[in-house]
Amino acid sequence: MVLMETLFSQGLLGTPEGLAISGLVGLAFGFWLERAGFGSSRRLTDIFYFRDFAVFQVMFTAVVTASAGLFGLSALGLVDIDSIYRMETFLWPQIAGGAVLGAGFVVGGWCPGTAFVGLASGKLDALVFLLGVGGGILAYSGFHTDLVEFNASGDRGLSTLPDLLGLSPGITVGAVAAVALVCFKAISVFMKSRSAAEPQA
Amino acid sequence: MSIETTLEPPVRRGPLDEDVPGAERVWNPYLVGVGLGLTLLTSFVVLGAGLGASGSVARGSAWLAHLFAPEAVEGNAYLGPWFSAGSPLRYYLVFMGLGTFAGGLTSAWAANRIRPGVERGPRASILLRLVLALLGGLAAGFASRVAAGCTSGQALTGGALFLTGSWAFFLAFFGGAFLLAWFVRKEWS
Repeated sequence: MVLMETLFSQGLLGTPEGLAISGLVGLAFGFWLERAGFGSSRRLTDIFYFRDFAVFQVMFTAVVTASAGLFGLSALGLVDIDSIYRMETFLWPQIAGGAVLGAGFVVGGWCPGTAFVGLASGKLDALVFLLGVGGGILAYSGFHTDLVEFNASGDRGLSTLPDLLGLSPGITVGAVAAVALVCFKAISVFMKSRSAAEPQA
Repeated sequence: MSIETTLEPPVRRGPLDEDVPGAERVWNPYLVGVGLGLTLLTSFVVLGAGLGASGSVARGSAWLAHLFAPEAVEGNAYLGPWFSAGSPLRYYLVFMGLGTFAGGLTSAWAANRIRPGVERGPRASILLRLVLALLGGLAAGFASRVAAGCTSGQALTGGALFLTGSWAFFLAFFGGAFLLAWFVRKEWS
């Protein structure tokens, strides 16, 4: 059986075809984000006040779906994981950057992807947020040389959870799916108890 | 419709656009999660790369800055290399970003959810909301370069690839957001 080559593995991501397909993938990405209601910063931040868990539900379901599909296709010999771009782990910048991005998410009400959808929904605050993101990136470029060392700290190379835990990819998919189902059940129980306890506004 | 969300309308933050007469309700989060996951899977298998959003803002802002200060941008250690092979906009994430906007616009239009305005909690002024949106954006933009990705490129994409650093990012992201949530509760509630 012939393994599928990706545009990335063939060096074709920057070709007109690669750019066009990226645009189509983006089209679907934006559609789903909007369908979830993520064109609303209040819905996005609701999770941090325990009012709505759609952000977690959508993200975790997507991670389980995509990883099950990918490692399934890989097990069938249809896809070579090595033909997909996988970022190496630099633990400290990823933890620090993640925490600040999370803070920026609840303060600003958006992350970059959802802000595109918010802007498309007419939200002026999404436009202001995106101007801030651009400004933050340009500000970073002024400190880049000072941060090169930190950004390379906690280098673990290409590190994956299956390697780390000593599990096969298939077992890892199952374990992540099981954790997701437990979380979804807990969310369901919590939302039922909350809507029973509080009158509708 | 069976695919509509079954959750009760959340309390104490005013109605969302989807609660306004004429707008469709949003879809069930698990259905959307499967759709988004299949989109991510397609991206992996066809492009050989996952989803990303901050990369397009990075390229766009570098392009914009270049209009005003070409020498400074080309001489910059971080932005300069993007100009060595022509336009920094000729990059797959730029087109993915444009597609994301177009996809959001199509969906919002079809569901009658386009509502021009400043979205905020019932107790927050427009000025407060916009100042915090700018500050949050600045922090997110800077951090996206340190972490080499945002919620799309790190949490979603790296998460599905089971990358250790992306799962660390995912946990830190929710940790940082929950820590700050109390301080900005007036913005949203």
